[in-house]
Amino acid sequence: MSVQVKLPTILRKHAGGEPKVSAEGSTLRDVLDDLETRYPGITKNVRSDDGGLHRFINVYLNDEDVRYLGSLETEVGEGDTVSILPAVAGG
Amino acid sequence: MTRHDDILAAIGNTPLVGLPSMSPKAGVRLWAKLEGNNPTGSTKDRIALAMVEAAEAAGALTPQKTILEPTSGNTGISLAMVARRKGYHLTVVLPDNASQERLGLLRLFGAEIVFSDGDKGTNGSIEVARALAEDPAYYMPFQYGNPANPKAHEEGTGREIVADLPEVTHFVAGMGTGGTLTGAGRALHAHDPSVRVVAAEPELGDLVYGLRSLDEGFIPPIFDPSEVNRKFLVRSDDALRATRELTSKEGIFAGISSGAVIHVAQRIAAEVEEGDVVCLLADGGWKYLSTEAWAEDLATAEKQVSESLWW
Repeated sequence: MSVQVKLPTILRKHAGGEPKVSAEGSTLRDVLDDLETRYPGITKNVRSDDGGLHRFINVYLNDEDVRYLGSLETEVGEGDTVSILPAVAGG
Repeated sequence: MTRHDDILAAIGNTPLVGLPSMSPKAGVRLWAKLEGNNPTGSTKDRIALAMVEAAEAAGALTPQKTILEPTSGNTGISLAMVARRKGYHLTVVLPDNASQERLGLLRLFGAEIVFSDGDKGTNGSIEVARALAEDPAYYMPFQYGNPANPKAHEEGTGREIVADLPEVTHFVAGMGTGGTLTGAGRALHAHDPSVRVVAAEPELGDLVYGLRSLDEGFIPPIFDPSEVNRKFLVRSDDALRATRELTSKEGIFAGISSGAVIHVAQRIAAEVEEGDVVCLLADGGWKYLSTEAWAEDLATAEKQVSESLWW
């Protein structure tokens, strides 16, 4: 599966400044692995030391937060968009 | 009972109104909880009063102290009203890109304003307020970490919905401090564990996310993710479209986060055959008039909204 990955400003330096890049995989875990292979260092602050998602990061498959789907095991489909965003508060 | 001893007693018990023109199919009804009907026009009146009264009861807030709070606006305005009624001074830390209406309201209620870097959003205001709060002259309620915040929504917002609409199947609210979702979620799940609590989160512009490192992200300590069943990211243009539809189809003038909530409710409604979906409309549209959110040219409005703070 080929997916588009939208990057937050802070991670774009790893990808030549691009706001959106392509990656391959059938689960979110595969997609992040592929992203790391293409752009070394880019997922260092996305995943935590225990292999899960960093707690200050929100990852969305299309428009839904993957933490409420299957986290890293969430299956992705051809043409899906994965968005990586820093957690922000409001109020 | 619509007669009250003072303005503080008029907080809460907001109307729940049907949205017949925006409900996508016969079996699914959308309902709006009009939090803009609170005294200062937002749901934050509930938590402002609850946090101040909890601090008074605990002895943490005494008449000599100044209340200090980081806020994107609404909580500050609510605290300013409560502080006026109870005789406290208030200092708010506000991102410098907050709308003119917010500044005007804070000033007319007598609040002192300290500006934080707008590029850092509310996270930046939190940093500045935490540093100021080391001075013991201040009492900081800190809505992001104060259990009186979700408690106000559990005992107020959530139980009001249960009383008005016992058949509720879904509840959609914005993710700001997480207080509404956590507190109302507790009341709704206690009533019926099968109620789906759904969060709507804004997709902010690059300018708002800024260049901060990912380690500087912030999860409000009071947010209990186990009360939330799904969470959706809403683009500014979708939020804006739904905000405008609320006005044109239902005659409801609400803020932009309300549009994000309606957008998610419509998405959920499309997935089910039967249901009663409650949408929490956190504030009225008044404080956004100067932001061009209602500009005739939708593209101008979208750009303006995606780069300003509307959460």
